[in-house]
Amino acid sequence: MAYHSFLLEPISCHAWNKDRTQIALCPNNHDVHIYKKEGSGWTKIHVLKEHNGQVTGIDWAPESNRIVTCGTDRNAYVWSLKGDVWKPTLVILRINRAARCVKWSPKENKFAVGSGSRLISVCYFEQENDWWVCKHIKKPIRSTILCLDWHPNNVLLAAGSCDFKCRIFSAYIKEVEEKPAPTPWGSKMPFGEVMFESSGTAGWVHGVCFSDSGNRVAWASHDSTVAVAEGGKSATITSLTSETLPLLCVTFITENSLVAAGHDCYPALFVYNGDKGALTFGGKLDVPKQSAQKGMTARERFQNLDKKASESKEAVLESLHKNSISQITILEGGKAKCTKFCTTGMDGGMVVWDVKTLESAMKDLKII
Amino acid sequence: MSKNTVSDRFRKVDVDEYDENKFVDEEEGGENQIGPDEAEVDSLIRQGNMMGALQAVLKNPPINTKNQNVKDRAEGLVLKVLSSFKSSDIEKAVQSLDKNAVDLLMKYIYKGFERPSENSSAVLLQWHEKALAAGGVGSIVRVLTARKTV
Repeated sequence: MAYHSFLLEPISCHAWNKDRTQIALCPNNHDVHIYKKEGSGWTKIHVLKEHNGQVTGIDWAPESNRIVTCGTDRNAYVWSLKGDVWKPTLVILRINRAARCVKWSPKENKFAVGSGSRLISVCYFEQENDWWVCKHIKKPIRSTILCLDWHPNNVLLAAGSCDFKCRIFSAYIKEVEEKPAPTPWGSKMPFGEVMFESSGTAGWVHGVCFSDSGNRVAWASHDSTVAVAEGGKSATITSLTSETLPLLCVTFITENSLVAAGHDCYPALFVYNGDKGALTFGGKLDVPKQSAQKGMTARERFQNLDKKASESKEAVLESLHKNSISQITILEGGKAKCTKFCTTGMDGGMVVWDVKTLESAMKDLKII
Repeated sequence: MSKNTVSDRFRKVDVDEYDENKFVDEEEGGENQIGPDEAEVDSLIRQGNMMGALQAVLKNPPINTKNQNVKDRAEGLVLKVLSSFKSSDIEKAVQSLDKNAVDLLMKYIYKGFERPSENSSAVLLQWHEKALAAGGVGSIVRVLTARKTV
């Protein structure tokens, strides 16, 4: 489990390219830095300067190799690689508050931006005008949209919001796609239709994720709960209140297992049992280094008493990340059989977690 | 500096009330929530059945009601039960509660902290320590983020 410290500042957001050799991240300022893996280190190869405010979301489309970024300057840019330079194209989002998150759709012909203007901008490229156009989803959102995730059918969009609800909307754009087939979430999907709205959890929804099949959606909210909803005639919601600090990001690693991380600085595994409708805590996924517990000499004891007013070595955060983890991305294996995932956090560091190594390191860990 | 001679009554207007985008919680109609049954709890305390009294006082929390009296009465009752426990029994009592009950107990404890009386804080702090061990920081986070307070 390699920990790489990119900066001393928080990493606001990150995105990987298709073959996972390059990572684009925002070092808590107005730019996007792209690093390339060279050997065991990372070198900065590009700096994308266009935003006038902090970049709050980055997404890298694997097939078309375009990057979309959004920021607190109420703008989004689509970047294309021309030769060796990334060229931006402005997208007018028609919002009057900061943009908070952005995601390419699975087919990469649309992207959605969540913002503080209490709406979602779904943007698609209009060939005739050579311009990105956006449509708004407004009702019934009542507060900032914090997180987004697309359903594999390229039409449904899950959004977590500060009005304490996780909703699934239809983002069907007739100009760029065919009518979608019925799904467990519903069959009629006109643009902006609410297919599902959560209830039962309080707290802002920080992270939302569809499972690989799209039949399940999981969200993490600020009241320290994780919930999973399964689509069906009546969507069933199962939630788990946890004893930890709130989780900020969540992702499925198989159809039944979720990894979530947040203010406790370590990723945790949750297991969902669809038949029993139960969500259980699977274990901490951090492997703390076994520091050699030497006995303390009397001198050290008095020194500690003098310096820190307590005899024991005060609890240093034993996790790999030293500050809250703000984002998780899947590196290998997809959401169905993830083998590697990556976390970045407010400590400016990035860790790549290997699922096989975690499974063998923790005896009771079972990822089904 | 210069004295304002024009009326300043406009400064007392609460502008947030007139904001059309103001977030209003959904009303979930809790008009029939009357709080824990006082008679039942009192009789259990008199019988010395402290565990039973704790379970009874944690029933029917007046979460949805807007009636402040009901909430105050409930809080007073909970405080009475918590104070009549012996310190050594607190841990066992907390262990007997399920997750939702521990969260509810935390809510009452913090409500009690808001209006301290002579002895209440000491008792509440003892309960807080044991409830924290059972519910973790998550239960405190839920007290802070709850829209419907007890």
